[in-house]
Amino acid sequence: MSIQATGVVKRFGAFTALDDVDLDVHAGALTALLGPSGGGKSTLLRVIGGLETPDAGEVTIAGRDMTRVPAHERNVGFVFQHYAAFQHLSVYRNVAFGLEIRRRPKAEVRRRVNELLELVHLEELADRKPAQLSGGQRQRMALARALAAEPSVLLLDEPFGALDTKVRRELRGWLRALHDEVHVTTVFVTHDQEEALEVADEIVVVNKGKVEQVGSPSDLYDKPANDFVMEFMGPVTRLGGRLVRPHDVHVSAAHVDGAVPGRVARLQRIGFEVRADVTTADGDLWVQLTRGQADTLELTPGSDVWLRALA
Amino acid sequence: MADTLAPGRPTPVAGRGRGGRIALRTVGLAYVAILVLVPLGIITWRALSPGLPAFWAAISSQQAITAFRLTAEVAFASVLLGTAFGVALGILLTRYHFVGRRLLGVLADLPMAVSPIVAGLALVLVYGHNGWLGGPFEAAGVDIIYAVPGMILATTFVSLPLVLREVVPVLQEVGTDQEQAARVLGAGGWHTFWRITVPTIKPALTYGVVLALARCVGEFGAVAVVSGNVSGVGQTQTTTLVIAERVQQMEPGAYQLAFVLIVTTVAALLVAAHIRRKDELS
Repeated sequence: MSIQATGVVKRFGAFTALDDVDLDVHAGALTALLGPSGGGKSTLLRVIGGLETPDAGEVTIAGRDMTRVPAHERNVGFVFQHYAAFQHLSVYRNVAFGLEIRRRPKAEVRRRVNELLELVHLEELADRKPAQLSGGQRQRMALARALAAEPSVLLLDEPFGALDTKVRRELRGWLRALHDEVHVTTVFVTHDQEEALEVADEIVVVNKGKVEQVGSPSDLYDKPANDFVMEFMGPVTRLGGRLVRPHDVHVSAAHVDGAVPGRVARLQRIGFEVRADVTTADGDLWVQLTRGQADTLELTPGSDVWLRALA
Repeated sequence: MADTLAPGRPTPVAGRGRGGRIALRTVGLAYVAILVLVPLGIITWRALSPGLPAFWAAISSQQAITAFRLTAEVAFASVLLGTAFGVALGILLTRYHFVGRRLLGVLADLPMAVSPIVAGLALVLVYGHNGWLGGPFEAAGVDIIYAVPGMILATTFVSLPLVLREVVPVLQEVGTDQEQAARVLGAGGWHTFWRITVPTIKPALTYGVVLALARCVGEFGAVAVVSGNVSGVGQTQTTTLVIAERVQQMEPGAYQLAFVLIVTTVAALLVAAHIRRKDELS
């Protein structure tokens, strides 16, 4: 189901969290709302889910106006950063909650819950309480719970934010695979551009209550609409007064037309990559090279180099 | 929360030697003994030493039975009201933002600070014969002061903060995540309250209810003023009031009634401690 938000405004006292935001999510897509914390992306997600009421604007899901529909009548799945597990209920009953509320027949509930527990690999832990699960397991339970009643859209608020790096990486790949299997329209909030690039079909960059740019991961990385998006999507450095990616700087040992002269101040080897800090007349910058490139150029601190932006 | 009655596993304190531990233990034991155990022991002894027939006579007189019945009625109704209001007020204070929220929080704690006698007097002024609300109620044929409704009001007033104070920290600590999750999963306000909020606060609530019950059974000051302390026909004396009367008039039977109250209260507290323990283990 598609999601549209038009002209959404949300204020908390004097603070404007969302300032006339438009959003268009295609049915079946996996979309990331990406931006720095406090930028309004979570608020936008909560407005879609019905957990916040916008001061202006409207939200439609599958073409139906949802702006004034209370959260419990929207039929959306929502996953919270801190799991929001029902502590007093077993894993099974947590997942069954949405179905029990809808008074589905017992046999159907059992079938559906078991199916979902299998999908999230928790079938062995059905009788445990959430407190007996690890963070990653809790979040998988929360996902199964959100999917149980077949929601029209799935909304995830920093779903991996509270997990450690290894589990986070694992769950990302897993969310992607799950989406390819279930096909429910999914929107997830993240402040981690790597996570957005890796998982999403489409990324919406939100900053200071506004949408900065919408596009595919490669669009955003290669054709950022402005300096903010450029800086947010990956490492940047400044060459001749212009923002460039450190790996998009061509380094040569001899003079080239249009190149900026500089001197290597420091070389740092990080695994296969070499990071060179270069001083130019315009200021300092850093350049990312492969070890092979650095060796070919015979770079050492003090070498004279000529730099040219590739893109 | 009142952790004094059922403390969790003690945390070892670094850098305090054996001597310090023994000294602390002695002070603690002496304190409890002087203030609690010795007086309770004496009452128990005074209640039982005249013998079982005397004990039975003291607690089975018409006055005693009526007093027990009144105490039970008033305590039951007050705990019921106190629980309903305590939970509602707790949710209001922790889940809603409105002008005057802090003031309301302070006011809700007021019964802890105000002397029960003052509270009783205030109720008499409001609901009494010449009170602001007493007239209308009287016209409707409902007696409040010198009758059970007034006693329930007074007891509810003094015990209200007990449930509230147990429930509020838990509501604050768990936050709104679970309730929001229930909402998005399709649960309306009523379902969310019964299926999520109540089970979450249940241990704290049970404890608060037991504390309130103990407090209601033992309430004296406010009830003394509001009930008119009538004995004989149309008795409004609860157990505590009968005890006070018997002590003042040097009649026998005061300690036996006091002993019954102590047993009731201690039983309630033991139940509460047991519930907390079970809750800590799970």
